Amino acid sequence: MTVQLTHFSAAFVFALFASIVFGITHRETTRDMVRYGLYCFAMFLGGALLAGWAMWLVRR
Amino acid sequence: MANSTTAKAKAAQPASMMPVIAPALGWLIPGAGHIIQKRWIRGALLLVSIGTLFVLGLMMQGHIYKPNGGDILDILGFIGDLGAGGMYIVTLAVNGGQGAIAFAIADYGTKFMIVAGLLNFIAVADAYHIAIGKKQ
Repeated sequence: MTVQLTHFSAAFVFALFASIVFGITHRETTRDMVRYGLYCFAMFLGGALLAGWAMWLVRR
Repeated sequence: MANSTTAKAKAAQPASMMPVIAPALGWLIPGAGHIIQKRWIRGALLLVSIGTLFVLGLMMQGHIYKPNGGDILDILGFIGDLGAGGMYIVTLAVNGGQGAIAFAIADYGTKFMIVAGLLNFIAVADAYHIAIGKKQ
């Protein structure tokens, strides 16, 4: 069985699971874990989107 | 006085094997190092996150690295993959992940599996820190 993810969905899945692990392992309290996980997720996905737009601008 | 009493009380406690067992089990099964220390939700989340990344990588026809002494990137890929522990061993045993990286999604899959292994290394270190009381 094979899976064909789009580039964005691959980035989304990667950001989601990596953020969960980062949140759990890098903070002490549950509240801080959730906050840090959300921060990492936003940075991962925001970074990918920004890089995508930057490459689009360079290409033009 | 109080300090010496505390030190004696600590010395009287039997040495726990948890700092050894938790990381070893956590390496073999992602999240198990937390579960064995009664961190149920954290352990389950780690298992789902790392396990899903690794399995998705395989399903995206990612390549899994075997022990090798060749190119430095291949060696680093092997070290990353090795972090996935039991999943890596099982995948090698069933001869999975042997496809050539022929298209972009297969390359993403390869990276998914390496990252799953590296994330498991972090989870193992976290399980160790819980076991020695450095983290709650």
